[in-house]
Amino acid sequence: MNFPVAFFGQFVDAFDFIVSERESVSGGVQIGGPGELLDLTWNHVLVSFVALAAAVAIFLPLGLMLGHKNRGEFVAVSISNVGRAVPSLALLAFFLAYLGIGFANVATVLFLLAIPPILTNTFVGVRQVDPDAVDAARGLGMTGAQIIRRVELPLALPTIFAGLRLSTVAVLATATIAPLANVHTLGVPITEPQTYGPDGQLGAAIIVAMVTLGGDLLLRFIERLVTPKGLRLTKHDDLPKARRLSPEMIRRKKPA
Amino acid sequence: MSALLAQVEIRERSGEGCVAENGFCPEWIVDNFDRYVDPFVEHIYLTVVSVGIGFAIAFSLALIAHRLRWTLGPITGVTQVLYTVPSIAAFFLLQPITGRGNFTAIVALVAYTLFILFANIMTGLNNVSVDVKDAARGMGLTDRQLLWRVELPLALPEILAGVRIATTTTIGLATLAFFAGGGGLGAMIEQQLFFKSNVVVAGGLAVLLAACFDLLILGVQRVAMPWRRVATA
Repeated sequence: MNFPVAFFGQFVDAFDFIVSERESVSGGVQIGGPGELLDLTWNHVLVSFVALAAAVAIFLPLGLMLGHKNRGEFVAVSISNVGRAVPSLALLAFFLAYLGIGFANVATVLFLLAIPPILTNTFVGVRQVDPDAVDAARGLGMTGAQIIRRVELPLALPTIFAGLRLSTVAVLATATIAPLANVHTLGVPITEPQTYGPDGQLGAAIIVAMVTLGGDLLLRFIERLVTPKGLRLTKHDDLPKARRLSPEMIRRKKPA
Repeated sequence: MSALLAQVEIRERSGEGCVAENGFCPEWIVDNFDRYVDPFVEHIYLTVVSVGIGFAIAFSLALIAHRLRWTLGPITGVTQVLYTVPSIAAFFLLQPITGRGNFTAIVALVAYTLFILFANIMTGLNNVSVDVKDAARGMGLTDRQLLWRVELPLALPEILAGVRIATTTTIGLATLAFFAGGGGLGAMIEQQLFFKSNVVVAGGLAVLLAACFDLLILGVQRVAMPWRRVATA
């Protein structure tokens, strides 16, 4: 354990690494500062975004379809178990050893990591929609596609976004080890301590944490934007739970 | 030409040709398997200790939130933020305070398990039906008896589901513990990142470990809840 002043000092040094350029530990090269770090952040976000966008584009519709038709429950649910069991580093290393380095391979690894939460949560979200609501929609003469788009999707949004946030956090976190595959993300200062030193490692770790928390916040914001007005009025997070617990809630409200 | 042929023959006999060409080499794996034993044990140690400590903390927090409802929001918020911070970042953010090594790795991994475990324990407790609780109260159980004899046993499926998720997640994250100087199978992967045999063995062991723990906890679940075996069969 260090004294409080000492570790405070290290954070000050790390902050200095972020805001101003300096000579590398081994000498000769200028490192750190907003210029380089913005570059790295851009790459970090870019590779993550490509992977996430691809995963959403393919597996969100698939999850909606499977959930709507109530098919493939075993696949949709067990894929998340498998996804958790495969460590991101092992997956990346496997790709590196067998397919080589580069942007496309890193993006593919991140894409694979993003799939399980998106697919599973979309499926589960749609399955949790009150069957009565679907029946009512059918009674109004809606087609299958209309039911998915106007009933099941909006009601499943909280669960879908929870999965999307999980994927985003996992992808942004894993993009940190992308420099092992020669993609220059914010992991560069972390994986090259001989050049960047402890200040660079700590500084980059701070930015990675901020970028990830920022991504999470951004998605919460987007969720609020895309949630239809009618659902925004209720505390939609609790809709399924409220239904299940309704007897208790009614009883609680009665003065004894 | 003959020298070249001789070289090829020697390589084939010792299995080195395969290694030099970066193939998947069963012979090399058999010869070098003992290198993976220590990191494997280290990995188990990191996982078990982290999930154990994480469970103790999450369980205490859940009991607090169960009794004092207003703490539910703040506890959920804080554990959720901890869960969102990437583990690699956490391994470095902690180093100025806790130094490099096992301890730092475990602190970060524990922080990561809290949200999963806490959320699942709370879900389990919330799902206990009110009628059951009423019946227990009617039989004269005190709050404490109600908690330990009725609510917690009935919440076991969700609690153990949380332990399963936390354990497999921790095994995955522990592969990054080498960034904090914590060792584990990740250190082996990183040492020879481009060597196929190494990557397959070290990565495969991590996946295998996750699968074994998953089955183990499932087994515990069956043993711990004899009343459920009848109901679901």
